[in-house]
Amino acid sequence: MKEMAIDPRSTTRTLASLAGIIALLVAAIAGIGLGAVHISPSEIYSVLTGSASTEASQIITNIRLPRVISGACVGINLAIAGCILQGIFSNPMADSGTTGISAGAGFAAILIMLVFPEHTALVPLAAFSGGMITACLVFWVAWKDGIAPLRLILSGMIIGSFCAALTTILFVFFSDRVQNVVTWMAGSLQTQTWTHVFMILPYTIIGLIGIIWAYRQLNLLQLGEEAAQGLGVNLNQSRLLLLALASLLAGSAVSVAGMIGFVGLIIPHIVRMIVGSDFEYLLPCSALFGSALLVGADTLSRFLFSPIEVPVGIFTALLGTPFFIYLLQKRSPR
Amino acid sequence: MNTNMIENNSIQAKHLKLSYGARTIVPDVDLSIDKPEIISIIGPNGSGKSTILKGLARILKPAGGSVILDGKDIQKMPTKEVAKKLAVLPQTLLSPGDMTVEDLIACGRSPHRGIFSKLNDYDKFHINEAIKLTSLEKFAHRRIDTLSGGERQRAWLAMALAQKPKILMLDEPTSFLDIRYQLELMNLVQHLHAKINITVIMVLHDLNHAARYSDRIIAVKNGAIYADGKVPEVFTAETLKYLYEVEATVMNIEQEGGRHLVFFPHDICQTGKVG
Repeated sequence: MKEMAIDPRSTTRTLASLAGIIALLVAAIAGIGLGAVHISPSEIYSVLTGSASTEASQIITNIRLPRVISGACVGINLAIAGCILQGIFSNPMADSGTTGISAGAGFAAILIMLVFPEHTALVPLAAFSGGMITACLVFWVAWKDGIAPLRLILSGMIIGSFCAALTTILFVFFSDRVQNVVTWMAGSLQTQTWTHVFMILPYTIIGLIGIIWAYRQLNLLQLGEEAAQGLGVNLNQSRLLLLALASLLAGSAVSVAGMIGFVGLIIPHIVRMIVGSDFEYLLPCSALFGSALLVGADTLSRFLFSPIEVPVGIFTALLGTPFFIYLLQKRSPR
Repeated sequence: MNTNMIENNSIQAKHLKLSYGARTIVPDVDLSIDKPEIISIIGPNGSGKSTILKGLARILKPAGGSVILDGKDIQKMPTKEVAKKLAVLPQTLLSPGDMTVEDLIACGRSPHRGIFSKLNDYDKFHINEAIKLTSLEKFAHRRIDTLSGGERQRAWLAMALAQKPKILMLDEPTSFLDIRYQLELMNLVQHLHAKINITVIMVLHDLNHAARYSDRIIAVKNGAIYADGKVPEVFTAETLKYLYEVEATVMNIEQEGGRHLVFFPHDICQTGKVG
């Protein structure tokens, strides 16, 4: 396209996408290669192309590859969900954590895991429904002639804590079954298998297709409610669909990896500073950097306090809390 | 005048009732616009003039009655269909600062595009057309946050034009501009109206702009239309006194070969003297 060439932002955008791809590749190679047994990149290559069948190939195909793929998907889902939520609420502090969606999804997932353990297959669906219901509830509580940014975050936090309280009640009543759920809830990719990969991958694909539709809606919503409506956006329908997409993505991430916070907050924010606020570039670049961050953080979390593995969710929380404080201090919400 | 053209520019309000929640602002308004004219809605603060505009633009859902656009009930039309015929410029213009003028104008094409389709040559043609009409050639790749207030307003106007609407609605388009840019914008609106034969409906605070640039004035007070007609019929000292509760003189002045009415307020009415 000729016009694009004149646009000064196109170079930055290309560079940012390239940087994202490289970051993801580096994180993935490190995630696959590093561990109790180190595997060199050339060995990884030969295993992936099927020309080597050694101990290394066992480790890669059974343990590390599903973990990396699953982590990448979780990262993509959380980053896109955060990006969409920031767009719907025109609020830089919105993500699946601050709007209570993760907490709602988590409660629903735990409910299935503890009370109806025979229906584990329903966990993603339950997590999605829980997330969606919470999102609507938060929307409803925060609504008063539009949604003020801080009101939204407050309602999200309040309803989030309520869901956390409900979760604790479940823990008390089903204390005999809690063991497995606790690690999961802290946000861990430790036990990821191909089952997890196939559980989340379809949602990631839906999300990636969804952003082709979502970016234009979000771009129009940025112009304000009245202008968006004047440009043919059906406000309620468009917001509800976007909210459903975000809940689906956040819910599926929660159901495979538990509560991993702040990815959806940090990534879209940083990416916006680099590529700008056009969602056509913001969404895919966030997806790239989100997956790179999560795969990278997961790899680091395996080594940081070695031999003990820290759940990656704790790691992102440690990273995200100061960032959130920075956002509160520095940016006056629009 | 051919009938087809009239068909394509008509908008009517029938027993239109507009409310914000339980608070009714406009109880029952009838209005018919069927010619491509420049129409100004004037009235004091809180009179309901912006509310009427929002009702006509389908931004505010009627609490009763209906708005008919080209023979069809606007509430029964898909939002996109309405957006192809009718463009609105809200009073407060929000846009991400890093957006370029061209990207903003491209948003105007969205009612004409499919869910997944990219901008095609036809869209690009209309974007360029809108840029030319508003003389924004030099600014196409500038970021919105580097523009002055007047230039920004022009960029938004270009976006509305890229929609290829039959009717353009402006809600107090000059309120944040200083006098030079106010005149520039008003001249542009007049120029566009003449050039592409578009109906312009605007809410104006500045009465002298309304008198000078409109073909028709609709005067609103307390949620009802008090007067509606050609400028000389509506723009009288009596009407303005009733509307704004001020004593004023309306004069006919000659400027640069054109004649138009102007209004000089000299005092507020003492209570009891009105009506």
